[in-house]
Amino acid sequence: MKITLSNITAYKKWLNKENKPLSLAAKDLAAHAAEINKDVRSFIAIDPDVITNRALSLEKQTKRGSLWGVPVALKDNICIKGGLTTCGSRILEGFRPPYNATVATKLQAAGALLMGRANMDEFAFGSSCETSCYGPTRNPRDLSRIPGGSSGGSCAAVAAAQVVAALGSDTGGSVRQPASLCGVVGLKPTYGRVSRFGLVAFASSLDQIGPVTTNVEDCARMLEVISGHDAKDSTSVDINVPEYTASLERDIKDVTIGIPKEYFTCGISKDVSRRVQEAIKALKGLGAKIVDVSLPHTKYAVSCYYIIAPAEASSNLARYEGVHYGRRSAHAEDLIEMYIASRNEGFGAEAKRRILLGTYALSSGYYDAYYLKAQKVRTKIADDFRAVFTACDCILTPTSPTTAFKIGERIDDPLKMYLSDIFTIPANLAGLPAISVPCGEDKSGLPVGLQFMAGPFKEEMLIRVAHAYERSR
Amino acid sequence: MPMNGAGRQQSQQFVVLGESLKTGESMDKKGKYETVVGLEVHVQLATKTKVFCSCSTRFGAEPNTQVCPVCLGQPGVLPVLNKEAFMCSLKIAIALGCDIQESMKFDRKNYYYPDLPKNYQISQFDMPLAYAGEVRITLEDGQEKRIGITRAHMEEDAGKLIHDPGGMCSYVDLNRTGTPLLEIVSEPEIRSPEEAHEYLVALKRIIKYLGVSDCNMAEGSLRCDANISLREKGRSKLGSKVEIKNMNSFKAVRDALFYEEERQAEVLDEGGTIKQETRLWDEEKNVTSSMRAKEESHDYRYFPEPDLVPFDISPHLVQKIRDNLPELPAARRERFKKKYNLDWYDVGVLTSEKEIADFFESVTVLTEPRSACNWIKGEIMMHMNERSAGIFELNIEPGYLAKIICMVRDGIISNLAAKDVLRECIERGKDPADIVEQKGLLQVSDKGELELIVDEVITVNEKTVNDLKNGKENALGFLIGQVMRKTKGKANPKLTGEILRKKIKG
Amino acid sequence: MNANNINNNPISTDVVKYVAELSRLSLDEKDTITFQHQLARILEYIAQLNEVDTDSTPPTTHVLPTMKDVFREDVPGGSLSQKEALDAAPDSVRGFFRVPRVI
Repeated sequence: MKITLSNITAYKKWLNKENKPLSLAAKDLAAHAAEINKDVRSFIAIDPDVITNRALSLEKQTKRGSLWGVPVALKDNICIKGGLTTCGSRILEGFRPPYNATVATKLQAAGALLMGRANMDEFAFGSSCETSCYGPTRNPRDLSRIPGGSSGGSCAAVAAAQVVAALGSDTGGSVRQPASLCGVVGLKPTYGRVSRFGLVAFASSLDQIGPVTTNVEDCARMLEVISGHDAKDSTSVDINVPEYTASLERDIKDVTIGIPKEYFTCGISKDVSRRVQEAIKALKGLGAKIVDVSLPHTKYAVSCYYIIAPAEASSNLARYEGVHYGRRSAHAEDLIEMYIASRNEGFGAEAKRRILLGTYALSSGYYDAYYLKAQKVRTKIADDFRAVFTACDCILTPTSPTTAFKIGERIDDPLKMYLSDIFTIPANLAGLPAISVPCGEDKSGLPVGLQFMAGPFKEEMLIRVAHAYERSR
Repeated sequence: MPMNGAGRQQSQQFVVLGESLKTGESMDKKGKYETVVGLEVHVQLATKTKVFCSCSTRFGAEPNTQVCPVCLGQPGVLPVLNKEAFMCSLKIAIALGCDIQESMKFDRKNYYYPDLPKNYQISQFDMPLAYAGEVRITLEDGQEKRIGITRAHMEEDAGKLIHDPGGMCSYVDLNRTGTPLLEIVSEPEIRSPEEAHEYLVALKRIIKYLGVSDCNMAEGSLRCDANISLREKGRSKLGSKVEIKNMNSFKAVRDALFYEEERQAEVLDEGGTIKQETRLWDEEKNVTSSMRAKEESHDYRYFPEPDLVPFDISPHLVQKIRDNLPELPAARRERFKKKYNLDWYDVGVLTSEKEIADFFESVTVLTEPRSACNWIKGEIMMHMNERSAGIFELNIEPGYLAKIICMVRDGIISNLAAKDVLRECIERGKDPADIVEQKGLLQVSDKGELELIVDEVITVNEKTVNDLKNGKENALGFLIGQVMRKTKGKANPKLTGEILRKKIKG
Repeated sequence: MNANNINNNPISTDVVKYVAELSRLSLDEKDTITFQHQLARILEYIAQLNEVDTDSTPPTTHVLPTMKDVFREDVPGGSLSQKEALDAAPDSVRGFFRVPRVI
């Protein structure tokens, strides 16, 4: 049995040629994914019966959508009605939401075959996919290394060809950084482009759901399906969704790309730097105009983020205490003891660390110095981008300062781990769309990612430039 | 709760208690300190659905049947503001004369409690809907006093927690979770339990007139917490304040404040200090007692709610609402005085509740205001008190009362019979005309028929007839009574009197 | 400390304990010290925000200024059944969520 999962077009061709009911193909797809999962562990679980049943209901769809039959993985923080959704955390053990996330509804309406739960850092807290209570996911390119995080499972599943596409969530780079480290395409849409309804919140003012695919064209297709206004999300923006695939074929001769010098200072590995410089050259060759720009507050982004994100998270995670759903500790006499025991047993170390940090930043006497200060610096960072986008159409940077590191390498050094996201965090703080596309490998053969960022709702520009670049390679 | 009747009774009761203070030791205490009270009132807004989700807000459903993932605080859900809740809040704030802010936002108030499924409450912290309003109350001496409103802000209600008495468990019902609330915070300008009571009555009246809340304290659609402190007269520095919770009626608020005023005065007199704390009112024992819960730090870690967007409130919208507000109590009082030419006391009774005023106006369409007023403040309110019912719960249409009044006016039934008809009307919901007919209450107004009966009475009451002839006017009453007896109360008394006079005095 | 300036002194273990209590977490001595070290290091790094002059900068909560005035109409939608509502609860009885006594 040879299954083609290299991209949506190739997969559809394969499915057509197979000429059998989707429910039968689904069995093969499930078995194939499960086989690979033994090594990569990108999925928390693969349930062939659930997948077959979903395929059966897709068979009944009279109108076949753009993703009909395409196997897609969902990060374990996106709710599917009746399906387990645990955010890689013990505290949500056994939790089955009684409702669908808006993106899950949209994907199913477009015919996507939802394959199951992709592994993730617990509550998306991490850049390595090591903090999941189900254990780490491995990088398909080198099983001794991390796939990046927090959407490590989603990216590894696409890179390992267990699925054709996946959804992740990106709060500080959680789609783009693992996409970069796994050698796939990952996009974080503009804040408000994709509904967050049904995405288990980490940091509500930063979270966005984004697609993970093997190429830019599939990324455009996925984005077309999941984007759009949702009345259930107050922060979802009510503006038209363009036909993203239409911008794929346009050249980039009229495009000006800004190179922010702050992203090319210390901390960036030689190989990453080299690949990115080559990419700049390639883009110049495609006719794009390259200009130097400055985003002077870049160096404060990580600090700013590590106040705002944990602060919001500490509040978002307060609901997990074993009263209404999820895990309740058996070791408690009274209510407060029950809260404490459930949370102590249910959360891992990184979740606790962020809850403590966030609670501290919001607590009386510290609010102005931390939370309010961070919100003001956030304004400065967003202002930097506003200024730069008067001079260029998009910005090019590396996605991650290094390629995939070894499992266990940074887990005991939270600050070092946090700095893994130094290039991806600014787009979240400014609410901007950003994409990571593969741009070669380092000398050990590990993927390097290239990041483009654009102004609000300029996803078309990202797709156009990333696609032109991808084709040139 | 019929505030008119019950409210008045309570205030009489208070006056009695107040009197007793004017003697002996207590009087000195009372004279020495000034009471400073501020009230926090939570009003449930009468929307169809909850403030951030589309679950029903109906009271009294089976536990946990009016809940959805959003109000259950399940992972992944998001709030969206109910427009009607916003409009109701705006109406109240405008009616209270508040400064409506140009922009408002929501914040999260973080604390753990099992009736709060997200373990944060969506509320408003530093950019509320409104600041600086007022409620005007009338003091016992007839003077008007202005009580300032500090602020009014929107928030979501919590669920209900039921404690198993003596048991090891508590039970949580989340039907109420997410019901829209407006919190109205008064300035500490209330100086006595009685003023606090009047403030609540006036506030409730305004809100009821707006029709945006039931204000039913028994069902919890209006709730009140109080802050009270005492200071020596003439000093400006406030004493330590005590927060009182768990008061389930306006009377309870007054009683609790009254108790607390006494308690604090005693502590201060003995040279003690007042501990800043939260105390619970015990309705049965008539005392407040310390919550004695583990002292939680009130570190609520407020921060802007990222799941909701800010709201601009345009001056245009505020003006539009202001122009379309229903008539408020003060305006209605003025109008009633002018239009119906009633005295202030009657106007006060009739406008004490919007429903009573509405009822009155419906009745006066068909009858004279004076008699409508008398009937409402007399018989109708008696029935309301008897049944602890609101005027529209009495099951009598305004048109029926008007009919009864007209029948009396036209001499069709006697005043006495009319009262029976009204009772029957209320108890059976029947048309008064039918009752009169069925019970044979039609007044005898046929002159010929009455003359025959009068003749009989004159014949057998010779002595009384002579008395009347000799100018003893009260003899006439007796004779009319005799006619009434013979007609089983159906004789038209006015006509009977005329006939008697004519026949006897010539 | 100056409330408007990030403290350069590392966070104390007492503060870690206080914050843990607010967060409904309890830490043993060893955890307290580990978290205290880690948080101190992170906060030390974060102190760089003091370099940024934000005196005349407004805070950002919603990054897109167009995000305003989002309402829903007051129209009842579906609720869950009692069974669905309580399905995920660790403990429920007679239609209620049950919790250990609140003291």
